[in-house]
Amino acid sequence: MNNGKRSIFLLSTLAFGIAFLYVPMVLLVIYSFNKSRIVPIWGGFSTKWYGELFRSPEVWDALSLSLKIAAVNACFATILGTLAGLALVRFGRFRGRTLFSGMISAPLVMPEVITGLSLLLLFIWLQDVIGWPSERGFTTITIAHITFSMAYVAVIIQSRLAGMAQDLEEAAQDLGAKPLRVLTDITLPLLAPGMLAGWLLSFTLSLDDLIIASFVTGPGSTTLPILIYSRIRLGLRPDINALATMIILVVAIGVILAGYIMLRQQKQRELDQRMTAE
Amino acid sequence: MAAAPDYTDRPWMDPDAEPFIKVQSVSKHFGDFTAVDSVDLEIFKGELFCLLGASGCGKSTLLRMLAGFETPSSGSIVIDGQNMNDVPPYERPVNMMFQSYALFPHMTVEKNVAYGLRRDGVAGDEIRQRVEDMLSMVELSQFARRKPHQLSGGQKQRVALARSLIKQPKVLLLDEPLGALDKRLRDQTQYELMNIQERLGVTFVVVTHDQEEAMTLSTRIAIMDAGRFMQIGTPTEIYEFPNSRVVANFIGNANMFAGRIIENGPDHVIVESKQPDCEFYIDHGMSIPEGTKVWVALRPEKVHISKEPAGDGKTNTIKGMVHDIGYLGGSSTYRVQIGGGELVEITSPNQQRPKEAKPPIDWDEEVYLSWEPSSSVVLTK
Amino acid sequence: MSTPAEALLPSEAPFWKRALYWITHLLQTQWRRLVLYVPFAWLLFFFLAPFFFVLKISLAETTIASPPYTPMIEWIDEGVMHVRLVIDNFAYLWEDDLYVNTYLNSIKISSISTILCLLIGYPIAYAIVRSNHTTKHILLMLIILPFWTSFLLRVYAWMGILADQGLINDFIKWLGFEPIRLLYTHTAVYIGIVYTYVPFMILPLYANMEKLDWELLEAAADLGAKPMTTFLTVTLPMTAPGILAGSLLVFIPATGEYVIPDLLGGGNVLMIGRVLYNEFNANIDWPVASAVAIALLLVLVLPMMLYQHVQGKETEGK
Repeated sequence: MNNGKRSIFLLSTLAFGIAFLYVPMVLLVIYSFNKSRIVPIWGGFSTKWYGELFRSPEVWDALSLSLKIAAVNACFATILGTLAGLALVRFGRFRGRTLFSGMISAPLVMPEVITGLSLLLLFIWLQDVIGWPSERGFTTITIAHITFSMAYVAVIIQSRLAGMAQDLEEAAQDLGAKPLRVLTDITLPLLAPGMLAGWLLSFTLSLDDLIIASFVTGPGSTTLPILIYSRIRLGLRPDINALATMIILVVAIGVILAGYIMLRQQKQRELDQRMTAE
Repeated sequence: MAAAPDYTDRPWMDPDAEPFIKVQSVSKHFGDFTAVDSVDLEIFKGELFCLLGASGCGKSTLLRMLAGFETPSSGSIVIDGQNMNDVPPYERPVNMMFQSYALFPHMTVEKNVAYGLRRDGVAGDEIRQRVEDMLSMVELSQFARRKPHQLSGGQKQRVALARSLIKQPKVLLLDEPLGALDKRLRDQTQYELMNIQERLGVTFVVVTHDQEEAMTLSTRIAIMDAGRFMQIGTPTEIYEFPNSRVVANFIGNANMFAGRIIENGPDHVIVESKQPDCEFYIDHGMSIPEGTKVWVALRPEKVHISKEPAGDGKTNTIKGMVHDIGYLGGSSTYRVQIGGGELVEITSPNQQRPKEAKPPIDWDEEVYLSWEPSSSVVLTK
Repeated sequence: MSTPAEALLPSEAPFWKRALYWITHLLQTQWRRLVLYVPFAWLLFFFLAPFFFVLKISLAETTIASPPYTPMIEWIDEGVMHVRLVIDNFAYLWEDDLYVNTYLNSIKISSISTILCLLIGYPIAYAIVRSNHTTKHILLMLIILPFWTSFLLRVYAWMGILADQGLINDFIKWLGFEPIRLLYTHTAVYIGIVYTYVPFMILPLYANMEKLDWELLEAAADLGAKPMTTFLTVTLPMTAPGILAGSLLVFIPATGEYVIPDLLGGGNVLMIGRVLYNEFNANIDWPVASAVAIALLLVLVLPMMLYQHVQGKETEGK
């Protein structure tokens, strides 16, 4: 029947799509265990590249810098993005709304080379005029990351707010809560999952950013992507594969954990539903 | 000398009574659209007042203005002598029960109910006691620790009610309170609501589109359409003394006949109608000149249906043929086709148990419809 | 109107207490302003203002200085202000074929990639939406997981696959054929862009399809429409907003891509992102780099406004 043909088509596209996404990552992992230095040529199984990786101080330095930047960025971006989302959804029309709306959605699509260049020029001018930032690195990269991360957080918050009926906020007001109270008692707690998602997203984006970081960084501040990139330009190397495998492992664990938690919540919700049958 | 009339059950009739809620020339515009068009309303303390109307008639907007979520474009609202202009919802002595219940999903039932008291800064012990009392009044004591998503529809509604009453508001606003409930629960809850209201003496203002609900619950009903009030009165007044065809058709069913006043006396009025060809004799005088075109509304349950002719064959009676029968067990609804082809609706209780399982009056039978002189209502609009 | 806070405050309270009350009062009454102004100010300063610097420098000349461009305003002698703005850089861009071709090439590549992403992403999004509840979540997670791993490394993975001694060529050689050039070609860049950007196509499509009323499809079938007709006349128009959002989300950033053409395209694939980067870093020609950026912005401004419009409908409609 037609449905059958359609299902087969959909199923095969799905399978192909997933394979397409995952095969390269699987290959990365496999080749990280390649004894031979020349990546595509298999020389036997070995974990020596992992050893090299762990012993390399530059890798640790870059990793810790990237993690620090990502964490600080995620915190500020979540706060700023939430504020922006709140303003856009709950404040109705205000002067400058179109401008604000444009500024908060542009970073999502703006090519990174442009954002990177523009921010660098800003920092140079600032240095010229007020002497800060005297050195580019952690601070400038973090500021740059916050600027584009908050846009992503704002999108998440906006969609969650839009889905949240205003009933709850009105009910709180009706019961005597002033608007600020409503924000802290009702809106923010209900936004918490969205804020968490925003935090994680900002963290990931920051960890992954190459272009913007390379524009606004200074000597001595090498983030992990910058390090990886410079090594890649030198050719295919198994220690990069090893690094990749580690990252994939960490992410996979994180995602599986998140999935497990969500599944547990789902089971709990189903139990609750059964409880409501009078 | 006659005893002074007792207005305790009908405060709106007392010329000296001060209304508890006074809505004066209130309008609300949304851009070009007028949701509420200069309405006046007086609601007295202790009433269970219903705003009845179809979707979009403005009743919810008016309710929201009473709650403080919308500001009137013009006019004023006074509650218990206090002008509510510029008073935000969190400072009004008014609480609202939302159509969706609006229970805070991240708080337990207890916390939900306690929320209003917390905002008032009431002491913790007192809060605990009052929450306990309120929960037992709505019979939800054992669900105190549950969260809203663990409750059924009826239970959620009771939490919403408890939460809105615990602050002992002067006025409780209810937005379609029974809308989300199934029939069985609805009937049960209707009576519970009325009981609670009587017990606590709180003035209720209910918004609904369900006539049955309005008729059962209210002390008085205001029928609203396109931002205006069409008629305000007790359920009986609205049903038996509608002021227009729209109101007559709005509540229950009414057979509507067009005609002309051919005789207007001190104690009677005769309306002649061409369609159906009969005369309506109404047993009270009216201040409408002869010759005026009017309509006569006749409720289905006021019409008597019989296989025998009645009266003089011309006044307050019509002949017709049964076109449709709706058998409901306790009563039957007949649609009878008369002279000009229209259908007249008659509701008749099945008071006699028939000897065999056959309807007392069958399809296509010739029947005679008749009614009392007091049964018809003459309407000029 | 005095606030409750002030009423509670004895006039001889210590400074820090007064400051605290003042701050809380400020927060309580002005919090709305803060909610708006803080992110607004940040964006104005760190997002919008920088573009003016790019504009300003694109109108300057290159010099050997630090920073390597001529200042816009110079004070000469007795307080006479000399403003120097040149449009040479833009003229240079226009005259030199290289730049025009690169812009066109970039647009061509990102357009084709967008279409490819759509062809691959649409059925996948459709399949996810139509699956049952648990499968849906698992599939979404599978689609998103790669996104959380390093983009750089995944592009690197393709280097290994497409290299002359890479996996694909290994397979071809094993089949007995001559190895083919894959890395450092346009094809490699297409593969890289599609690979990286396909989740950006799937997610908006999924978000849009999720909200649709699938009963409409059944109604169409009931009225006698064949599957293909239903698709063309019902499904496609209904998912149009998602298609638009996803396409813009791919097209606009892909046009300015740097890493993928650099790693997978080598010197053979010229995209404007690389040109910008090279002008800036290799040639230390900041004015020209800025001009390239401004020109790129001009090319992209219409799609960006379109995207803003589509996004706006999503949020303002509530």
